Amino acid sequence: MPESAPRNSGAVTLRDVRFAWPRAAEPVLALESFAIERGERVFLCGPSGSGKSTLLGLIGGVLQPGGGEVGVLGTDLARLSPAARDRFRADQIGLVFQQFNLLPYLGVVDNVLLATRFSSRRAAAVGGDAAGAARDLLAVLGLEDARLLRSPVTELSVGQQQRVAVARALLGAPGLVIADEPTSALDSDARAAFMDLLFRECVRTGATLLFVSHDRALADGFDRVVELPALNRAPVPA
Amino acid sequence: MKALFGIALRSLANRRLTVGLTIIGLTVSVALLLGVEQARKSAREGFTQTISGTDLIVGARSGPVQLLLYSVFHIGNATNQLSWQSYEEIAASDAVAWTVPIALGDSHRGFRVMGTTDAVFEHYRYARSRELRFAEGEAFAGVFDAVIGADVAARLGYDVGREIVLSHGVATTSFLDHGDKPFTVTGILERTGTPLDRSVLVSLEGIEAIHVDWQQGRPPTPGQRVSADDARAMDLQPKAITAFLVGLESRVATFGLQRAINDYTDEALTAILPGVALSELWSVIATVERVLLAISACVVLAGLIGMVTTLLTSLSERRREMAILRAVGARPWHIFVLFMLEATAIGVAAAVLGSALVFGGFWLGAGVIARETGIHLELVAPGQSEAIIVGLVIAASALAGAIPAWRAWRTSLADGLSIRL
Ligand SMILES: Nc1ncnc2c1ncn2[C@@H]1O[C@H](COP(=O)(O)OP(=O)(O)OP(=O)(O)O)[C@@H](O)[C@H]1O
Ligand SMILES: [Mg+2]
Repeated sequence: MPESAPRNSGAVTLRDVRFAWPRAAEPVLALESFAIERGERVFLCGPSGSGKSTLLGLIGGVLQPGGGEVGVLGTDLARLSPAARDRFRADQIGLVFQQFNLLPYLGVVDNVLLATRFSSRRAAAVGGDAAGAARDLLAVLGLEDARLLRSPVTELSVGQQQRVAVARALLGAPGLVIADEPTSALDSDARAAFMDLLFRECVRTGATLLFVSHDRALADGFDRVVELPALNRAPVPA
Repeated sequence: MKALFGIALRSLANRRLTVGLTIIGLTVSVALLLGVEQARKSAREGFTQTISGTDLIVGARSGPVQLLLYSVFHIGNATNQLSWQSYEEIAASDAVAWTVPIALGDSHRGFRVMGTTDAVFEHYRYARSRELRFAEGEAFAGVFDAVIGADVAARLGYDVGREIVLSHGVATTSFLDHGDKPFTVTGILERTGTPLDRSVLVSLEGIEAIHVDWQQGRPPTPGQRVSADDARAMDLQPKAITAFLVGLESRVATFGLQRAINDYTDEALTAILPGVALSELWSVIATVERVLLAISACVVLAGLIGMVTTLLTSLSERRREMAILRAVGARPWHIFVLFMLEATAIGVAAAVLGSALVFGGFWLGAGVIARETGIHLELVAPGQSEAIIVGLVIAASALAGAIPAWRAWRTSLADGLSIRL
């Protein structure tokens, strides 16, 4: 259980993790060890198909390793029931995808508030005025125009949508923020602005950041760059 | 759970076109099912309330249902008549309290003419214990007086005092008129919802009088004609009638008298208990009703399949939605419940709209139908059967929702956090 874990354990600790997709002959991932310190900002890169998203699925507790140990923020995910893993993800992990992060039928603020819908911990962390907290966070990310907040999310620009996704990932102060190629749909100016905001907010909330991309040009400003192919012992199709 | 409910409704609203069409399709099928059920009940109600308070119906030997049909419902014709002597003998027996003789065979512009006595106004009962009442005028007194039912008055626009000519036979266009002996309308009955609404009631003497100069069912040759005034002076006791209703002093005597009549030696007669014959007749009709009900149930099934198809089709475009929900911590069963909720919401909406359509439609449409067709649809208060139908439709849509829900559940487990399009 999260409380019983040693306090100084890292944000992410993988040991001897192996993973193969069902019906696949070869495992996609075989990692001897991989660790991220709390508060660290890590840039994970690797070519397309090298298993980056698969690794995030393991850390997010959605995929189960075929062997080994996946520890996140001091909790051994393998020891949790599927229900507890889902709750742990809701409580501790903020996720930002490449694109299409938002539910098209919810408003901007409601999309951000999704972070608290399945997590009582994060709901408690933002306090009574959750919508206010969401709006504050959106304002920090440069989305404060009242008209913009009222418009359907499908009318937002891609950059704006990604910032809403970051607001959701950060709301309620999860310990770990995972971003899977969040900038690939942005132009270079928007990309730079987005990276600035992401860094600043992770620092402000003290969240650990695991950032995944195959674009090494974005690696500036990270504490550490990790090459997945270098870590991975599994034979990866070229 | 509450969050899921809101999400389900917003998601449905977002796909309002396809969801709306699905709801409309299901609504129409639910309305059809409820409408058939309503028509069934209403028909049964009108049917079983046609005659009450009568202990036996007696006619020439025939099947019970046939006797009931021609004597009470004025459907079809009697193959035989029964003699006046037999009638008088039975009517005179101690157990019998009253009788209402019925002589059929003539018509007026498509409406049946029923020869009877004024006992019908005293003893005929319908809808449990209602008796015939006059909307206008009074019972027939003279030989050539007539009382008309509410539909006859409404359709033909007749008032008290109007002269009418009866036709021989019951075909709508009869060439054999009793034009030499017209009748005068003396009264109009209040609406009863029974075949009497579509009948012309005259005295037995009146029926006898118009046929007094006829020979074996053929009109008189010019030399043999008897004028109306002459006929009035003659002995107009009928020689035969079609059937008669019997009320007993005590119900206990019912079966005894029925057996006695069925074993009558002078003439082959049949006596039936109206209640028994009604339910026998109903069981015949009920088969048709059940087939209709089954057909409309199939239409509901088609509606449900339509709903499942819509939800399954939406599945592929909603994988993204499911991945997002998984990312923020939704469990796979949350996804399952989400789809179940959507299907149930569609079912509830269709059930509510379908009920509103049927009962509102009945309420608004009954007047129009009555005016146009003379068929009076009574709205039967929705009861257990409607509740069961509505409940089953909602349960079935929830159950049907399990199919896309299960698919979504599996997809969300397999997709995990990756957004696939
Ligand atoms: N749901 C799945 N079922 C089966 N195999 C999968 C699934 N998702 C990924 N794979 C396989 O796992 C391997 C790694 O895929 P993954 O998505 O982790 O790569 P990636 O590094 O994220 O690539 P990209 O940079 O293109 O996003 C690929 O060979 C892919 O075919
Ligand atoms: Mg990927």
